[in-house]
Amino acid sequence: MPDSLADPLLRVDNLVRRFGGITATDNLSLEVVPGELHAIIGPNGAGKTTLISQLTGQLMPNSGTIHFGGRDVTGLPAYRRSRLGLARSFQITSLLKDFSAIDNVALAAQAHDGHSFRFWGSARKEKHLRDTARAALARVGLGQRADIVVSQLSHGEQRELELAVALATKPRLLLLDEPMAGLGVTESARMVGLLKELRKEVTIVLVEHDMEAVFALADRITVLVYGRVIACDVPDAIRKHDEVKRAYLGDQHVVVAHV
Amino acid sequence: MMPKLNVSNSVAALLCAALVLLPVYSAVTGNIFILTLFTRIVIYALAAASLNLIMGYGGMMSFGHAAYLGVGGYAVGILAAEGIGSGFIQWPVALAVSALFALVIGALSLRTRGVYFIMITLAFAQMAYYVTSGLSRYGGDDGLTVYKRSDFAGLINLSNRSQFYYLCLACLFGGLYLIWRIVNSRFGLVVQGVRSNEQRMQAIGFHANRYRLVCFVIAGTICGLAGALLANNTDFVSPAVMYWTRSGDLMVMVILGGMGSLFGPVIGAIVYLLLEELLSQVTEYSGLILGPVLLLIVVFARGGIMGLLGRMSRA
Repeated sequence: MPDSLADPLLRVDNLVRRFGGITATDNLSLEVVPGELHAIIGPNGAGKTTLISQLTGQLMPNSGTIHFGGRDVTGLPAYRRSRLGLARSFQITSLLKDFSAIDNVALAAQAHDGHSFRFWGSARKEKHLRDTARAALARVGLGQRADIVVSQLSHGEQRELELAVALATKPRLLLLDEPMAGLGVTESARMVGLLKELRKEVTIVLVEHDMEAVFALADRITVLVYGRVIACDVPDAIRKHDEVKRAYLGDQHVVVAHV
Repeated sequence: MMPKLNVSNSVAALLCAALVLLPVYSAVTGNIFILTLFTRIVIYALAAASLNLIMGYGGMMSFGHAAYLGVGGYAVGILAAEGIGSGFIQWPVALAVSALFALVIGALSLRTRGVYFIMITLAFAQMAYYVTSGLSRYGGDDGLTVYKRSDFAGLINLSNRSQFYYLCLACLFGGLYLIWRIVNSRFGLVVQGVRSNEQRMQAIGFHANRYRLVCFVIAGTICGLAGALLANNTDFVSPAVMYWTRSGDLMVMVILGGMGSLFGPVIGAIVYLLLEELLSQVTEYSGLILGPVLLLIVVFARGGIMGLLGRMSRA
């Protein structure tokens, strides 16, 4: 179990991000301690992806700070944060579609193995990059699919590849934006199994709509509504939390009732 | 990786052999015209290949690539006019100035994407065009005659037709080999990755623009070499070589031959310039035929001629 007294690996203080009149991130504070799997849930439009994008540097906040490993990374661009050990997977699969699976992963390994201003030797022959990539692919169950071009992979496989790419950067913190999005029942179950393995090695922030998966995996859950944190606690406490029930689970009942 | 034996690679190999043997054919048949024509084709193929590096592999649609032809050419021409005839000085200067020019243009234009990038590269090339038009000391609008070709201390005589042709061909093959090494290197994979998905590349830790810029400079430098060759070939350099239509010609060669294929621009240059030459013998309005041909290629043969050949080998 994570040690809640440890220094946080990630600390977010009073983060604000506005889009026009909408405040997508509203004075949000959050701590992620080393070793935990921290889930972030919230109804659609709660600002989950916006938050992730600010954590990874794709989006800059209007105010507030983000500390990673004790260092202020608020102003750092995405590539610098990645170098520090922050990796993300995308909600909407974002891969190099015309590259093979192994090329995708090997490039991620390459990004964290010295500079890439090497113009002569063949990168595909660099054994340690290929080995790292193969290991990451095997990890997510794509060992046999290494040479397939991404656009030929199934949606489920692409989700797994997203994970392999993030793993190949040897992250200290893995930010997963809805890894189960669009997956079938069996694929989801496989992904949950995979995350259960991964959480033993790396700190994870998981944004996910699949409640079953979240409650099965998370050490702590933060609930966002309209960009604000309305609760942050262990799963059992979140289940019983009145405001959460009203704002979020209630919302889901409405959705279910419509179906 | 050993190149596979398929239709496109076979065609490329045959073309290379034909290019190497061309001076022999010319000498045997006494057909000097074909050697002159192909010297020009080979030089443009090198320029097109350099454009392909940024356009095909890097996804940077530069519409001002002919500027480097002019920069390289003027470097040779101006030095010659000032009495510096040695190629050992002229050519390195041509390359260095082209690289510097590309660095400045790239640093500014790579802040933009898409249509804006196309427009800003075009604008810089046009600026170069007007600046050289105003260089009255060096011929201005009328251009600058290069009275003596670059002198390589007796190593090679550029005024000898076959020697000059082989020099151009060596530059083309050398350029292609360099590009081939680059696109398969770490650097090349990063550049192609950025073309494919820039956001992803940033997220895994690459400073995308730094790699794009270096790629842009390499392509500009290679094209500057083509410019130095061109000035020697025509014994003349003028602003017209930088005009936007010339940049368009280079783009057409790349698209016609096949973007992102190593040999595509060579085939594109050969087909385009041969068509232009043949049609101009038949009619004044060669564009009337050339235009539709290009349209057909773009619409029906995505991936250009190399793409077509590739599909043939798979069929």
